[in-house]
Amino acid sequence: MPGQALRHLKVIELCNLVTGPYCTKLLADFGAEVIKIEPPVIGDCARRQGPFLHDTPDPELSGLFLHLNTNKLSITLDVTTKTGKVILKELIKQADIFIEDNPPLVMQKQGLTYSDLEVLNPRLIMTSITPFGQIGPYRDYKGYELNLHHAGGEGYLLPIHSDDPDREPVKPGGIVGDCVCGLSAALATLTAAYTMAETGIGQHIDVSKQDVLMSLVQHHVCTFANLGEVHSRLLKGMLTVLPMECQDGYIMITIVNEREWRSLVECMGSPQWALDEKYLSWANRHWYSYEINPRVQDWVRQFKKEELFHKLQAKGVAATPVNTAEDLAQSAQLQERGFFADIHHDLAGTLRYPTAAYQFSRTPWKAMRPAPLLGQHNELVYCERLGFSKNQLTKLREAGVI
Amino acid sequence: MNRTALQGIRVADFTWLWAGAYATGLLSLMGAEVIKIESMTAVDQTRVMSFTIGKAFEGVESSYVFNAINLNKLSVKLNLKKPQAVDLAKRIVQISDVVAENMRPGTMERLGLGYNVLKELKPDIIMLSSSAFGGKGPLGAYGGYAPSFACASGLANLTGYRDRTPNPMTGSTDLMAAITGAFALITALNYKQHTGLGQYIDLSSVESQAVLAGDAIMDYLMNGRVQYRDGNRNRIMAPHNCYRCRGEDKWVSIAISTPEEWNSFCEILGNPSWTRDEKFADAYERWKNQEELDRLVTAWTLNYTHYEVTDMLQKAGVAAMPSLSNEEITNDPHFKQRGVSSTVEHPAMGKVAVFGVPWRFSKTPVKITKAAPIMGESNDYVFRELLGLSSSEISQLVDERVIY
Repeated sequence: MPGQALRHLKVIELCNLVTGPYCTKLLADFGAEVIKIEPPVIGDCARRQGPFLHDTPDPELSGLFLHLNTNKLSITLDVTTKTGKVILKELIKQADIFIEDNPPLVMQKQGLTYSDLEVLNPRLIMTSITPFGQIGPYRDYKGYELNLHHAGGEGYLLPIHSDDPDREPVKPGGIVGDCVCGLSAALATLTAAYTMAETGIGQHIDVSKQDVLMSLVQHHVCTFANLGEVHSRLLKGMLTVLPMECQDGYIMITIVNEREWRSLVECMGSPQWALDEKYLSWANRHWYSYEINPRVQDWVRQFKKEELFHKLQAKGVAATPVNTAEDLAQSAQLQERGFFADIHHDLAGTLRYPTAAYQFSRTPWKAMRPAPLLGQHNELVYCERLGFSKNQLTKLREAGVI
Repeated sequence: MNRTALQGIRVADFTWLWAGAYATGLLSLMGAEVIKIESMTAVDQTRVMSFTIGKAFEGVESSYVFNAINLNKLSVKLNLKKPQAVDLAKRIVQISDVVAENMRPGTMERLGLGYNVLKELKPDIIMLSSSAFGGKGPLGAYGGYAPSFACASGLANLTGYRDRTPNPMTGSTDLMAAITGAFALITALNYKQHTGLGQYIDLSSVESQAVLAGDAIMDYLMNGRVQYRDGNRNRIMAPHNCYRCRGEDKWVSIAISTPEEWNSFCEILGNPSWTRDEKFADAYERWKNQEELDRLVTAWTLNYTHYEVTDMLQKAGVAAMPSLSNEEITNDPHFKQRGVSSTVEHPAMGKVAVFGVPWRFSKTPVKITKAAPIMGESNDYVFRELLGLSSSEISQLVDERVIY
């Protein structure tokens, strides 16, 4: 029976939507016990965001929520009530890790800062994930994923190699930014957990989403400081830097070194134009990319994307088709690696889910349970863990605390 | 607490390029001792050029990009084409906790440094192999760079203008693969700490990005719907875009979710009559009519700088931020106060600006102790102090181009 890497960790999540929940999902998927605290009645806002199963809006059928909350327990608790706060603190006393994504001022007002909690549990690791972090002039600013991509600097660079200065900079697609922030927070948290097990001392981690997204374009950021160069999406003059059109879609061909350029030329049948000696140097190929790119595109157009993908890869050229979610779902590579898993959920039925990018030889990714129904584990946590009677649980419900 | 987070961890680092080297780079920033094993016979390409920045560097010690992702690391030279070098590499592995590599799948095995060999030498070793598509499966031997990952993972299809080609983003996708690799290693280290057991991790860079677009994958798996790029637009929020401001190529991002935010927004604009139009009466109407809405918002933002718009809207509780260039970030007061960036003294380049990690530990702060290594700068420390070779043995191995 394979083990679970993080089975020894107990995590309390007070988070909403994507970033915090993705962070704790990464831990839960490796066996950490994650108790997700949701506001009574309404629950996590992700429950009200699509995509919904069969396009039927229902708080238990959101694909976003189902994906982001696998392997977790859910309890309902109004942490703004006095009783709610006492219960939260009791849970935190018993936990190793507390992950929250509330505005710093709200946590201060609620008396739930790290200094408040550290005295209850000196081994506690508390990770606060906020748009702009716990210090700095923008600390209390609001920021959705859109704003943070643009504040983080990648937005201004996209779409890369745009030829239209009249059009707006854009953000990376989907919820990528929020998820990378959750991933980074998980890395920081587990690092602190490692240190805690060595030393017995917990700590607070301040994760700024703007800083995380900035770190992804740190080479651009530092290039200004180091070389005084300003970068924008209108940068031009790079060899095969955008996907090219095939008969049935797009292919991306990335040429980084000499060997790859020579292989590409060979694959194209060594046409006369490509042998021009002005194309021999790396710098020149970029300089003359306005000549080279259209010619490569003309050659690419005669192929289907899968056909050209295998043809170029066979010669050591880093080519890839531009895939859609449908291509991924049908990919033999992803299937064989076990990237997808079928998970049964009482209301959503058995659905296929993306799992993770890594195969661990000893502690594989595992779906122990599907995303929880709202408050599904109230009885387990309140009665069995915290020792409330059924009668008390009913009272707490009636009082709106749970 | 006077220690770094990962003090005591040693990494035998066979990685290169961004996707591999930044994974171990993050560990070295957090205090692990990372020994980069490199050679003049196979120079890390980031030492000589950067595709993303569009630059070729002179020599192998003047790359800002290499410096940024290899901070705090040590470096030894080993020409792994020579059996004696492979033996020395094995001895480094024997005194390490972690091995990381991102060569093409199969290369480490061919060099005699595959996991099955290494775990015999060091049974509790943790090994990360990071590759484009993962080490097994029909595409296991295929290669790729950051744009390949963006395209194969589905991210490029979701990024860019609706009417233009898919966009492969910046080199950020390499770093996403690297952060995923670092997370996997830390997970395995936590497990080893509690059980004493090591393991092997096979990471697919393409998958590391596919999971970040999990909602789009779920939409296909649940509803058979394929999502495509659509600029800055959101599935339900509007306004949700970048709006042109005063100045050259200046833009502000504005995102509005709740009725309260919409009301505050209208108030800051001075409640012009169009804001009361039926077409913008509720979130659904605003989303449906967002093209017209965007034109009206732009007519207002054009009167101000992107920082002015941000200031006015944030004071009213509306999410707005400029679309910042690298120059503007460098001069931004928030960026400066958070101290994410600092400078390090590089032996060949002098003072160089570098980034650090994007989170703050309250008790084990990240310290940048040194610049990225000059190739082979730790030969003496590793071969003599750690492995116990004599100075004459070392110079003989240098002469034989084993340490090369």
